[in-house]
Order: sequence, then C-alpha cells, then structure tokens
Amino acid sequence: MTKSMNTPDGQEKDPLLRVRDLRVRIARDTGEVRPLNGVSFDIHAGQSVGIVGESGCGKTMAANALLRILPRRSEITTGSMTFRTKDGDHVDLAQIDPTSVRMRQIRGGEISMIFQEPMTAFSPVHTVHNQIAEMIRLHDPDADAKQRRDRVEELLDLVGIPNPSQRADDYPFQLSGGMRQRAMIAMALASGPRLLIADEPTTALDMTVQAKVLKLIERMQRELNLALMLITHDLGVVAHMVSYVYVMYLGRVVEEGPVAAIYDDPKHPYTAALLRSIPNLAERSQHLEPIEGNVPSADNMPTGCPFHTRCNEQVGDICRQAMPARIGVGEAGHATSCFKHTDDRVEDG
Amino acid sequence: MADTLSHPAPDDGTHATVPELADDTILRVDGLRKHFPVRRGLLQRVTGMVKAVDDVSFSVQKGKTLGLVGESGCGKTTTGRMILRALDPTAGHIWFRRTDGRVVDMAVLRGQDIKDARRDMQMIFQDPYSSLNPRMTVMDLIAEPLRAQGWSRGDCERRVVELMERVGLDGRMIRRYPHAFSGGQRQRIGIARALALRPSLIVADEPVSALDVSVQAQILNLLRQLQSDLGLTLVFIAHDLSVVRYLCDHVAVMYHGQIVEQGVSETLFTAPRHPYTATLLHAAPAPDPHAAWMEEIDEVETEVEESDTDEGCPFAARCVHAIDRCRQENPDLVGESGDDAVAPHLVACHRVDEVTLQGV
Repeated sequence: MTKSMNTPDGQEKDPLLRVRDLRVRIARDTGEVRPLNGVSFDIHAGQSVGIVGESGCGKTMAANALLRILPRRSEITTGSMTFRTKDGDHVDLAQIDPTSVRMRQIRGGEISMIFQEPMTAFSPVHTVHNQIAEMIRLHDPDADAKQRRDRVEELLDLVGIPNPSQRADDYPFQLSGGMRQRAMIAMALASGPRLLIADEPTTALDMTVQAKVLKLIERMQRELNLALMLITHDLGVVAHMVSYVYVMYLGRVVEEGPVAAIYDDPKHPYTAALLRSIPNLAERSQHLEPIEGNVPSADNMPTGCPFHTRCNEQVGDICRQAMPARIGVGEAGHATSCFKHTDDRVEDG
Repeated sequence: MADTLSHPAPDDGTHATVPELADDTILRVDGLRKHFPVRRGLLQRVTGMVKAVDDVSFSVQKGKTLGLVGESGCGKTTTGRMILRALDPTAGHIWFRRTDGRVVDMAVLRGQDIKDARRDMQMIFQDPYSSLNPRMTVMDLIAEPLRAQGWSRGDCERRVVELMERVGLDGRMIRRYPHAFSGGQRQRIGIARALALRPSLIVADEPVSALDVSVQAQILNLLRQLQSDLGLTLVFIAHDLSVVRYLCDHVAVMYHGQIVEQGVSETLFTAPRHPYTATLLHAAPAPDPHAAWMEEIDEVETEVEESDTDEGCPFAARCVHAIDRCRQENPDLVGESGDDAVAPHLVACHRVDEVTLQGV
C-alpha cells in the first residue's frame, strides 16, 4: 500500500509544511526546560491533521514555534520547519528572523491561528469590522475601504454570523461566546491563509456551541481547501475532525497515523491507555482504567522513553535507558516510537 | 410549616407543604429560586431580574449520586452553592438531613446554625489550583475543618494521614505544600478535606473538568470507590455527560434556571424525553471516528434572544419541535403514571407524547 492514503493529491513528496527534529529550550532561573524534544510531522495542502496530547506535551509549543511566537528566553536549538509558500518557495521557519517582513507575511498571511479564548485575539476597543479590515489591509494593500467593508461582511456571513452588516460594527464583548469564536475564525481567514492552526478552539464553549463551531471549521477547511492543524486534548473532537493524528507526550510524537488506525488499533501503550481511560457516553462503563501516576513535569524529564514511568507494558531495562526510534506499524502511515515494536523497526527519516 | 411561595408546585403540590423527609432522603430541594437584580445607569436602579434558578425541585437519597447537568448559565452551580448556603436563595426550601438525623431547612437557617449544618455537607471544587491555600501544608489544609471542631493536634494528624491514604495520597507528604502536588493529587487533597468531618452530603462542582484526561479517570474511580466504601451521598455538577453517566444514579438536566428533565440515569441516557436532553446527548462527539456525529446539524448560529418574559418554554427558541403553545406557555415538570414512585421520570415538555427522541 502506498502512503497516499493520508496524503491527498499524491503530494507526499512536497508537503505544505515539513517539521523535522524540532527542539526548543527555555532558559529558567532554576535551569532549563525542554518542551520539545525532537518533534517531526508533515501537513499537506488541504489536509486536516490533529495534534493530541495532555497538558505539557508540547502541542501548543509546537504551534508557537511554527509562528515564531515562542515565550521569552526560549530558542529553537535544532530542527527545521520547511513551509511551502504561495509562490512555491521553501522557507525554513526555524531559520528566519521572527521579526522580519517575510515572517510577518507568513504569520497571518499564509498561516493563521485561532485560539481557545477569542478575546486574546481581539482588541476590546475596536469594532469587529475595524479589526478584520485591518487584517485585509495588511495582506491586500490595494483594497479600498468599500472593498474591505464588503469583504468583512462576506467573511462574517461565511462563518454563519446573522446580520453581518450590523454585527460588523459590534465590539467583541457584545458578541456571545460562539459568535466571538466565529468572528475570530473570520479574522483568521481574512488574509486567505493556506494553513489554519486551531489551538483548543472549542474547549471553552458549551457542547452545543462547540458542535456548531467545529462543523464550521470543517466546512471552511473543505471549501477553502485549507490545511488544518487542530491542537486538542479532546479525543472525541479529534476523532471526527481530522484524517491524520499525531499523539504527543512530553515533547515527543509517540504515535502517528490515519485517524481510524489510531482509534481502532493503537500501537503505543500511551495511546491505548488514553483511549481506555475515557468514560463512554454511549454505554455505562463498569470500570475505568486510569493511567497511573502523573504527567512528569518538563523540568524533571525521565530518561529513556518519556512514558516509561507510567507504562505497564515495559519490555525491559531498555525502556528506561534509550529512546525508541520511530517505526512503521501496520497500515501505511501508521508509526510509533515504542520498544514493544522493535521487531519491525525502521529508522526514522 | 406554611408554604409562602407563590409559585405553582412542580408536581401537583403533593410535596410543597410537607416538611418531613422520607427516611432514606438526605436532601430535598423544593421550589428553589435565585433571582439576581440587574442594575443599570448612574443610580444603579434595578431594571430587571435574572432568574438564575427558577423553581427547582429534586431530592437525593442516601448513598446515591444526583447529576446536575446543563450548559453554562443554566443555574447548576448556583443551585449547588445555595444548597451549602454559600448563596442565599430568593425563595424555596432546602431540606437537609444532618448526620444526627435532624432535618433542617438550609434556606432559612441563620448565622451559627448555618455553620453548624455545614459540618455535615462539604464541597469539592473544579480548580484544584486555586481552591487550596498555597501557604498551608497538606496537614493544615485537611485538618482545618477538624481544628474548627476542637480536635487535638495529635488526633488531627492521625485523621489526616488516614484520610490521605484513603484518597490515594502518601501520608508521608503531610508536611508538603500544594505546589509540590500535581493537579490530580491536589484534587485528592480537596476530596480528603471534604471527607474530614464525615459529611452526609458532598456537592462536587465540575471536580474533574480541569484535569488531564489520563488523571480524570483516577479521580472518577476514587469518587466511585468512596461512594461504595463510605456510602457517600453526592450532588455532582458537570457538563460532561459521559462522566455523569459513569458516576450518577439520577440526573437532572437544567436549562435556563429550570429542570427540564430528570430521572434515573440509564433511562435518561437511553430514552431521553426532552428535546434539550437529546440535543446535549448528540452534541458530544464520541471518541470513535466511525460513530455518527451531528450529521444533520444546522451549523449556522441562530442568535437566541434571551427574553425577559416568563412566557413559553425556555428552550422553545432553539427547539426544532416547538409549536405555538411552546412559545406561549411554560410547561410544568410532570411525571407519567406508572412511573417509579421513588424516582419518577419527570419532563417539562408540551409535546412529550408526540415527539420521539433518540438516546445514546
């Protein structure tokens, strides 16, 4: 079987984004923290990819590294993030100056991000129209005021906000939580990006509103042929929103694969344990199997496989001593990093 | 005791005037209301009322868990806080059977009597990071309620170690401060503290929603274990229905300050009778890529005007089954004949007999 199952249009040779061995270090007064320890993933044009993990796994850090908006005193130590721009150039986002014009064009222009809390994206003292129009102006300086106004209303209508011509003149605080999330999506789409990063976009929303906003993101992704990088801890959301999943734990990708393979046949003990630990809505679970212990903190990283401190499927001392390489398992595109699968071991890269 | 409330009793007035609790009932909330004034303008004139909780009634039997579910703003947390009298109700009764068997009405108690009664009911909070004083050791945090009851230092320490081990914490950590513990461990501290005085009722407000997925299951299993070991009675406030199904015997679904459906958990999940319950059940995406999820959703937002009028069913504006009557007349929460007398299945919907809904 070829790899094209998870890579539409046979573009596997030239993905929109290729991240390889990304490592980030943050200097602290008490020592250094390493939130990303060699993360690799691909996102193809128009593909929806989920990045799943618990707090501290590095999923948000990976997105921030892509946009070069890392916290102070942090640096990308090694690795590459090759992004294919609209002009067909290949830019390594890890090497580019984060304050350069080129980076600003990519950030917002080619890669947009939406957040859990829309108020972090909006200014409270400007109307929705003025903020979205500003985005349009930055990326399309030729558009005049009338064109910008039309485009804003068109965008608000596209994301399902009723009465866009009136709503455009509202301030963000005048909108409900779901509306605000829609307005933020409209702003993220204003510059015509090709990659949308959504970081826990619906975690703060009520269940019924979440469903609507997720359906909207799905429709935008499909209609605009956007690539989507959906970052979430919610295994229910991921199951329905993406075609390909990366499972992260303590700054590493421990398993990746087509969404059905990950849920039907998880290969990494962490993925399997995570799926066993969530209660089922459709059937009353008799007993949940929690993962024992806690996620180790980033300044107290275990040696060897990051999951070995909580793993009940350890194969031996090697789990505590060495980091397992990424190996292909089962279906094409399905891979994991675990010594349980060393028999069909394949070196990464 | 005279019932001075002007509201219609929710189920034919049979229990609104009865101050006694059945022997196996720990808590009975009756016609509970909380109205917050809306103030506007320079003079802060009261221009309206927000009915955060509007005529809510339910009871909880000993050793059982009642789930209070609904979306933000539905009044579930306000209800929980009134049970402990952290908020004063506007109207209604909160009959509570104390550990010694006496029945008190939390809604009318004053001053010292409230503090007294609160010994027998405790709360577990959502956020284990902000609900524990960072300057107190685990010993002091868990022993605080014991000290207030005049326990000696030695007795306190023995009890604290016992409680820590009961909730799965290492008793040797007794001198540590909260920052030394992870989120899940902090929630265990909160639970140990709530258990310290052997309360007859615990109100848990979203106790696992701030925790990591892998840790949630630990706390849910602990709560289940404590339920069966200690016969704990629990009011469990949550928005995550899969968690509620795992833990709760009975469920009350709230919308807009009112209970729209309540009944035995399994019945409610498999055969919901209120359109809102069905909506909630189907809105949650299952962790299974092969399962169907909201195929027929109307994705465009319909801005629901929060009307100030009391007319009509609160859910009518969002309900696909609504007819004219729904917009004019608020349905009563009523049961059906032949239902379980102890825990009847109650629904507030005009069209309950005409509409067929899918469970999960």
